[in-house]
Amino acid sequence: MSYVRDVGALARKDLLLELRARDTLPAMLLFVVATFVVFHFALPGSPSRLAASGLLWVSILFTALLGLGRAFVPEREQRVLDGLVLAPCDRSAIWLGKSVATLAFLVAAEAVALPVFALFFHPLNGATVLGVALADLGICAVGTFLGAMAVATRARELLLPLLFLPLAIPIVVGGVGASAAGSPGRYLGFLALYDLLFALVCWASFEYVVTE
Amino acid sequence: MTPVVRPDAGGDLRQSREVGRTHRIPLPALAALSLVLVTLALALVFFVAPNDADQGFSQRIFYFHVSIALTAYACFVAAAWKAFRHLTRRDPDADLESYVAIHQGVILGALVLLTGSIWAKISWGHWWLWSEDQLVLFLVLFLFYCAYFMLRYSLEPGPQRANLSAVYALFGVVLIPVSFLAIRLTKGLIHPVVFTRHGPNFHGWILVTYCVSQVAILVFAYTLYRVELAGKRLDSRVRELKEVLA
Repeated sequence: MSYVRDVGALARKDLLLELRARDTLPAMLLFVVATFVVFHFALPGSPSRLAASGLLWVSILFTALLGLGRAFVPEREQRVLDGLVLAPCDRSAIWLGKSVATLAFLVAAEAVALPVFALFFHPLNGATVLGVALADLGICAVGTFLGAMAVATRARELLLPLLFLPLAIPIVVGGVGASAAGSPGRYLGFLALYDLLFALVCWASFEYVVTE
Repeated sequence: MTPVVRPDAGGDLRQSREVGRTHRIPLPALAALSLVLVTLALALVFFVAPNDADQGFSQRIFYFHVSIALTAYACFVAAAWKAFRHLTRRDPDADLESYVAIHQGVILGALVLLTGSIWAKISWGHWWLWSEDQLVLFLVLFLFYCAYFMLRYSLEPGPQRANLSAVYALFGVVLIPVSFLAIRLTKGLIHPVVFTRHGPNFHGWILVTYCVSQVAILVFAYTLYRVELAGKRLDSRVRELKEVLA
């Protein structure tokens, strides 16, 4: 129970920080809408359903990357991570709290992006929305983990997309399948499997990322 | 400035010489064995194995393509195993061994992409085919493990670098089956026909040739792994020596 309380406290800290500074979420919103406009001109005319769902997934991935790149910046600038590691809580709670906070930002950005997408391109079906929700879990779990790794390196934000995109390819496969295939069931199942597997790996190994 | 040798320098050196586990098979014997096996495999592939009924001579590249691919997987799994040893047992050699295994795996992975492309060009007339799932899987893994080097060389040598590299190597073995599943799924979406490369005609000299090539590539890769490991250890010993003398 205290684990849940720790995670809640850490996530609340990030949300409060965002509420006061408003660094990340407006940038994500602006970025995702701008990407749609760019894609409209990159795919002139009316793109097919398959092409449109592809660009939706590319936009989601890059918007998430934008948010994930910022996730550990306050920790680094204020040297909070050292304090968090010293705090008497499980280290994986740091990862989970941060994942919950980034998930909240991503969902908030998508709450605007998905209706805009439906307005600009094609209406969305239920399987796509469910696919996006499942993909968000995986993106935030893996992305936050890799964000913590990238922030420890010299290259910092440069490294995160390099580490993240190969790991995100299965998410794109599952997501595009869920929105384009006739029977989305197995793609949704695959996304859920991905979330479960990688969340477990991240949860078990985060301790080694922040400690020596 | 004249170099000052500290009195304990000799002790340091003797100690550092013992870093690195001793291997049961000496390196020269291993090199000789891999030379014999690779020569035997080449002879079998080019002179003994029969031509494929459908694809003719070009099918022979599979003896190497498939062997190299499986060896690359073995390297990645070995790297993850060493990474696991590093994280759980704090085995002092495991970090370097994990890195060298991934290095060999990436080199073999590049060879898989190359041999697969050559075969695709001859067989289908295209250098790259997205329907060839082994190739696509290797491209994903290749990108993933190339990022490993970016990560590793963006960190200062030390316990943190060893930890992050180990965790990333462990992610790799989770990614391999997940990507494989994902790529199989895309086939259902765009390319429902699954090519079965190994038909039922997998017996006799074909089987012998394949097994010999597989063993040859495995032993050859292990030899390269040992050579690189020895080189890296020598390198770190020289560095220690310089530090002691500085």
